[in-house]
Parts: sequence; C-alpha cells; structure tokens
Amino acid sequence: MDEYIVLIVSCIFVNNILLAQFLGNCPFFGTSKKMETAVGMSMAVIFVLVLAGVITWVVYNFMLVPLNLTYLRTIAFILVIASLVQFVEMFLKKSIPALYAGLGIFLPLITTNCAVFGACVINIDKEYSFMKALVASFSFAVGFGLALILFAGLRERILLARVPGPLQDTSIALVAAGIISLTFFAFRGMV
Amino acid sequence: MFEAILAMLGLGAACGSILGIASRVFYVYEDPRIAEVESLLSGANCGGCGYTGCSAAAAAAVSGSAPPSVCVVAGFETAMEVGQLLGVDVGSAEPRLSFNECDGGHRAADKYYYIGVNSCKALTAMYGGKRECSIGCLGQGDCVKACSFDAIHMGPDGYPVVDGNKCVGCGACETACPKDILHVQTTSDRLLHFNRDIDALSPCAQTCPAEIDIARYITQIREGDYEGAVQTIRERNPLLLTCGRVCPHPCESYCRRGIEEDPVSINQLKRFVADLEMNSGRRYPIKCAPNTGKRIAVIGGGPAGLSCAFFLRRLGHDVTIFEMMPKLGGMVRYGIPEYRLPKETLQWEIDGILNLGIECITNVKLGEDFDIQSLADARFDAIFLGVGAWKDYSLRVDGEDLKGCFTGIDFLSRFATHQQGDGGTDIPIGRRCAVIGGGNTAIDCVRTLIRLGAEEVSIIYRRTRNEMPANEVEIVAAEEEGVKFAFLAAPVQVIGDENGHVKQLEYLKMELGEPDASGRRRPVPIEGSETLVDIDMLVTAIGQGPDVSFRDKEKDLEALNITRWNTIDADNEETLQSSIPYIFSAGDAFTGASLVIEAIGGGRRAARSIHQYLSGDEIKPVDHSLYKRHIPESLFEQVDGLQNSERAKMPELPVAERIKTFEEVDLVLSEETARKESKRCLNCCRLCYNQDAA
Ligand SMILES: Cc1cc2nc3c(=O)[nH]c(=O)nc-3n(C[C@H](O)[C@H](O)[C@H](O)COP(=O)(O)OP(=O)(O)OC[C@H]3O[C@@H](n4cnc5c(N)ncnc54)[C@H](O)[C@@H]3O)c2cc1C
Ligand code: SF4
Repeated sequence: MDEYIVLIVSCIFVNNILLAQFLGNCPFFGTSKKMETAVGMSMAVIFVLVLAGVITWVVYNFMLVPLNLTYLRTIAFILVIASLVQFVEMFLKKSIPALYAGLGIFLPLITTNCAVFGACVINIDKEYSFMKALVASFSFAVGFGLALILFAGLRERILLARVPGPLQDTSIALVAAGIISLTFFAFRGMV
Repeated sequence: MFEAILAMLGLGAACGSILGIASRVFYVYEDPRIAEVESLLSGANCGGCGYTGCSAAAAAAVSGSAPPSVCVVAGFETAMEVGQLLGVDVGSAEPRLSFNECDGGHRAADKYYYIGVNSCKALTAMYGGKRECSIGCLGQGDCVKACSFDAIHMGPDGYPVVDGNKCVGCGACETACPKDILHVQTTSDRLLHFNRDIDALSPCAQTCPAEIDIARYITQIREGDYEGAVQTIRERNPLLLTCGRVCPHPCESYCRRGIEEDPVSINQLKRFVADLEMNSGRRYPIKCAPNTGKRIAVIGGGPAGLSCAFFLRRLGHDVTIFEMMPKLGGMVRYGIPEYRLPKETLQWEIDGILNLGIECITNVKLGEDFDIQSLADARFDAIFLGVGAWKDYSLRVDGEDLKGCFTGIDFLSRFATHQQGDGGTDIPIGRRCAVIGGGNTAIDCVRTLIRLGAEEVSIIYRRTRNEMPANEVEIVAAEEEGVKFAFLAAPVQVIGDENGHVKQLEYLKMELGEPDASGRRRPVPIEGSETLVDIDMLVTAIGQGPDVSFRDKEKDLEALNITRWNTIDADNEETLQSSIPYIFSAGDAFTGASLVIEAIGGGRRAARSIHQYLSGDEIKPVDHSLYKRHIPESLFEQVDGLQNSERAKMPELPVAERIKTFEEVDLVLSEETARKESKRCLNCCRLCYNQDAA
C-alpha cells in the first residue's frame, strides 16, 4: 500500500509531468488562458492518459517484448495512442454525447500530446507492473491537471498586474511557469 | 527487420480494423455535406468565425445557422463555392454585424481611480470595473485589439464605434468584451430580442410595450439620419404612421426629462420621421431573412396580426392573413375615425407590410368561411389568432334594443365601412345624441357624431372625468368641440315612443364611495335622483370583449382554453402559446381591449414563439426578462443639471374648421421643430444621461 502512496505522490508532485519533466508544454501555454478551457483540457487528459497508459503497457508487454521488438516502442505507441483517441472520440460521440460536447475540441488535440506519450514511456522505463502503470498514468494526469489549473488561475491574476510591454502575455507566462517549476523542485525531498 | 515490418503491419491492421468496426458500431448520422463544406474551408481552425474550429463552422453552415461566408479567412470565392454546395444564395444569407449597445462612455461617472493595465478584462476583475454603471463600456478597447479587420475604433466619447462596412461579423469583439456590450447579430437576432434587465436601456424604452429603442431613434433624428430612425422603429413596430398618430405614449410618462419638466414629445418625433418617409415618395428598404419554407396562418388583420405577420415574414417565413372585413387594419381602420388617422395613410402603411410578400385573403371569417381544420389541411405549420375584441358589452337595461339605439363598435365600424365605400347603408343620425361610456370608443363616437351634424352630443359616464379611461388629449379635444359631459350618471332605462323609437333616457345620479379593486372609487347611486333626458339617438360604448363564437363551431377547438373574460388563455403571457400548441395569440384577443402598441408588442412576442416552435426549439420566455417591469436603478427621483427647455407644441386644425369635416385634426411637426425637440432628449441609459442636452 505504502508503495502506491509514494507512487501517487511522486507522480503528481515530485515528477510532475509538466513542471518537473517539462512534457506537454504546448497545451500548458495554449489552454491556460482561461480557467474554463483549462478544466476541460485537464479532464480530457485524465480520461485519455489512463486509457493510453493501460493499453500501451499491454501492447509493450504482450506484443513487443515476446517478439523482441522493443526498439519499435516509439512508433508503435504513437500509432496506438492516435487510434485510441480516434476510437474514444467515436465512442463518446455515440454513447455519451454530453461528455463529447464537453470535451469538445480537446480530444483531438491530445492525439499529438507529448505528455500522454511521455507518461506511457515512463511506465515502461520504470518497469511498472500493470496495476502500477494504471495508478501512475492516473496520477500523472492528475498532476497535469493540477499544474494546468493552478497556472490558469495564476494567468487570470497576472492580467491585473502591471506587466512591462515586452514581457506581456506568453513571455510573462514562461517566466511564471519557470518560477512555479522551481517551487515544485521543493517536493524533491519528499520521496 | 522482416519481423519488425510484419509486426508494425499487424499492429496497423489491428488498429485500422478496430477503428473501421468502431466507425460502423458507433456510427452517428452526420450530414455528408458537413464534410464537404469543411474541405472547402481554410482548415486553419482559428476560431475567427466564432465556432470551435472548422468542422463546427461547417456544421453551422449546413444547418443554416451560419451563412456560407462563415469562414473569415477563406474569402469570397470559398463562400460562393459553399453557397453553391448548399444551394443558398450567398448574397441573400443574413450577414452578421457587430452592434454596440452602450453609448454612455465618458459620461458615466467613475467609482474609483484606476492605474492598472489597459485591458477591460483586467479592469472587470476589480469590482466589475471602475464605472458606476454595472453594465456599461469600460473604454479600454479590448474589442479594438481583438478585431483583425480594423472595423472597430474607440470613439471620441469613450465607447467603441463599429464601422459597418469593414465588420465581417466574426464575433471576436463580442468574445473579447467582458461586459457583454458588443453583440454580433443578424437582423433576425435583433428582431427576436426582447428587453432584459441586463441591457443598456433608457427608462422610456423599458416602458414602451413594443420595446422600441427610443433613445436610439431620437439620436438618429438629432443627427439627421431619418432613414436610420425609421429602421430603428421598424425593428420593433411596423405601424409607425399609425402609432405616431394614435398612441397614448406610455413612454412619455417615464421620460427622465419629465421628472423635472415637460417630457420629450417622443410620439411626435416618431410621427415626424414616419410622415417624412411617406411624403418622400420612396419606401425605405426592409431586410428579410432567406426563406425558410414554413407557412403560418394569421387570423385577423389588426395591429396584432399585422405585427406578427410582419416579423414572421422578416424572419423568412411565409405568411397568409385571413381577415373577415373587406380591408386590413382591424380596429385601427374600423374603430379609430378618419379625422384621427386618415385611411389613405393607414393603407400606405399596410401596403408596405404586404409588399414584403405577405398574402392576404379578406372577407373570410373564422368559424363561418373557414375553420382551424381547413388551415391544417392546407398545411399551415402554425396559427396566430389575433381576432381582437369586437363584441360590445350590453348595458342590460330595459329598452336598449329600441330603434335609434346602437352599440359603439357596431356604430363606428358600420359607419367606417360605409364611409370607405365598402357597402352597408347610411346610419340615420339623430339631433340629440347621447353616448354612454368613458373610454376611447365613447369619445370617438361623440366626435364622429358631431362631425356628422348632430346638434347636441353628450357623454354619460358613471364616474368622474378623472376616472375616464380615454386618452387625455381625446377628452380635451371632445370638450373643445362642444361635447357635453354628464358625470356620475348611471342609465337605468331607455324609454321609447309609440313607434318603438328611442325618446328618453333615464339615469340615476351617483356619488363616489370606497375604492374598488382597480383603485378607482366606486360610484354608488343616490336614491330618488332619477333624471330624464330627451334624446333621439343612443350609443352605448361601455367596453368590448373578444368574439370567440368560432370556438363553438369546431369540435377540435374545445381544447382551446379561454378565460372568464372570453380572452384566449395562454400558459405564459410571455410565450403567448395557447392550450393548443400550434395556436398562438396576442393583441386585444389575448389582453382584452387595450392599445395598438400593446397589440404590436404582443404580435412580435408571438412571432418569436412561433419562430421557436417552427425551429423545433423549446418555447420559453426571455431570460432576464423585463416584461412589464422597470430596472429599479434607472428610475430617478430627481434629475440634476438639466437646462430648462420648452416641449414642442403639436400643431392642430382650429376647432371651428375641424368639426365640419373628417379632415385630420393633429398635424405633423416641422423639421426644424422636430430637430429642436430631439435635442431635448437626454439620450438616457440605465444610470447616465446627457447632462448638457438643450
Ligand atoms: C374606437 C376605438 C378607439 C381606439 N383608440 C385607440 C387609440 O387612440 N390608441 C390606441 O393605442 N388604441 C386605441 N384603441 C385600441 C386599439 O384599436 C386596439 O387595441 C387594437 O386595434 C388591437 O389590435 P388587435 O389586432 O388585437 O385587434 P383588432 O384591431 O380588433 O383586429 C382584429 C382583426 O381580426 C378580425 N377578425 C375578428 N374576428 C375574426 C374572425 N372570426 N375571422 C377572421 N377575422 C376576424 C377583425 O376584422 C380585425 O381586423 C381604440 C379602440 C377602439 C375600439
Ligand atoms: S430624455 Fe430621451 S432617452 Fe431619456 S427618457 Fe426621455 S425620451 Fe427617453
């Protein structure tokens, strides 16, 4: 049990996918201007990442490993994730139209999201068991959501500050992201 | 190597077939044209069109809620191609345009001093902005920055001005504005809008039952844009010539200038621009949305029916009016006499409405010549019932059926029909006439009788002058024309001579007692005060209600609920949908005898519900509705800093001249006077107003 708690904390905080691994920076800046979009994106990522983490684990351990083809990992994962997102999109459109409308344009955006891919690769590199891969994927996604929503709140506040002209918008966002990232380093001592 | 290729092929095939199967299993029907349209669009997914990406824009274009020119990046040729694909004319699709609702700008007072970033969004985050006004423009120009087409600029008075020629209707400014002041709308959107308590509204515009944007049209008159003023009025009221003459202008009682001195002569200004259009010999163009192919039957061609037909037509529907009288206009034609509203003027106005492509069938009566079932058979999608209130209440005293006794509506409409040469016989006019009642109908009867040569005309009313429901100006005019008034008199019987012709009227004198439910003091008879007057003609005009006899003639209509006043019942007085879902109602038939402007407002309200009904949407009242309400903060007790100025006097025909003819009594303001009067308007909004208006 302790193992899992450590895993969850490390995935959410210590190895936060956005702020410690620096993966998925495009949506981090692209969708953090408004709280609403940030929340939508976070939900979509949680949904897709858990599925992708599980399926890529299965593909790796039951297909690539037995066939001695682990070097095909990258290309195989891209294919699997892309198809998965397409599949999920179709499924939601038919079965849960409300959720589909809610996630909207964020689903297809994730097709090419390096955070999703990165998390899947980390699962493999760390040689997690199936259960651990599942929990880790979920925690990574939660970490992503946490950072994104935190950052969106911050950016809405930054609007109120008197930012010098050349630093406005994305520049100040990068600076702010750097500082948050530094504060996340403080979690290093935890595990 | 070989294995690797094989494995990837296998994986690809597996993914492909799963997706293939999934696309069958989870198949959702989507119009194939959506994909075709999407392939024509730019594919930039920029959101400039206001939709979330190109596929959403394509879906909107196919469903018709966006024009073929939806894509702001792709340009005209693409729009043509999309138009061709969808079979719609690019030119005829309704363009969207940005409208700024706030023109307070600098004149709105500041709450605090702000030195933050120049962004409306940032400013809003601080207590809703620095301006006193909760809804108004903050003037930092987020909209200006958002527009990629250079179509919006900060004006000199601190609020943005839209350049209609450059605006492509992309909606970027609307999204950027944190105050919800900029609205990117089509003409249809504007026609369907009703006052909300979150809108920028002057007190007069909140009061008008048709919700005309009064401050805007007066501003347009002030700037000399008379055509613009007419268009502003026509967004809410198709009968401006009529209302300019007969409306008792409830708006003027709420005019902010009126708190300190005489209110602005709002209705005179309306009449001024309306007459100007008529006399210019040119009809200003009226925009209509592309045809929808839906058909609506409008029963009754009075103000309510005409208004409903007008707005439905402008929304793109096909309308046919069914009318029992030989001509359209309802009470406005057959009740209101020539000297108040010349029939020629009315006809010009009605022609303009019918010119939009509205069909009309006259001399057919619901319940006699056709019924609801026949309309359903003729494939009408919805029905509007605007049959007005044409049934006179009877006095219920002995002798009221004697020769020489008439009822008000019957008398006026028979006379008007005959006067217009539509048949009927001349009504023999007495020498000494009495009219019972105190409303508009009674006054119109006495003033008509005077013009027809009656020697002595009197009004018999059971309360006092203060309680008379007729328009004040009408009462004054009747007094001037020599009508006698017997107040506090209740008729008890009509006495006839040996030929069965009316000879005398007996009434009881009354005195005022306790106030009744309507707040008016109830008259109580004084015992033994019977009085006799000699008369040879009597008209009773004590009120009227709708004639719903058509309901008894058709079995299906039993489901149509009516109230105990014989008016048509609706679940919600804002949706005007009757108990039969495809039947809607407004005007006198719904409210009981009321005003022209009330009927016009109701007609548009019903048009909105019918439009929702035909589009398959839920029929619901306006969110934040301001129906029969005022925004409390916009009603002032005093108005500071006003410069006194005199209200324009209405020119009118001298009394001696007018009682001999049916010539129009009230005349129109001159351009000079109208311009001067328009400057008196404070161009009010909720809180701010032009302090230095002359
Ligand atoms: C004498 C008089 C003076 C007035 N003066 C003023 C004034 O100065 N200012 C003001 O604002 N208001 C005034 N009013 C009130 C105003 O005229 C009405 O409120 C207004 O006309 C109502 O419009 P409407 O369309 O609801 O009904 P109406 O105007 O009554 O129109 C109803 C139409 O339906 C037709 N119809 C009725 N039954 C049938 C049927 N079975 N089949 C087919 N068609 C049918 C009628 O012929 C008529 O054309 C006055 C009313 C009267 C009677
Ligand atoms: S001053 Fe003008 S805007 Fe203000 S209430 Fe009067 S007419 Fe309306």
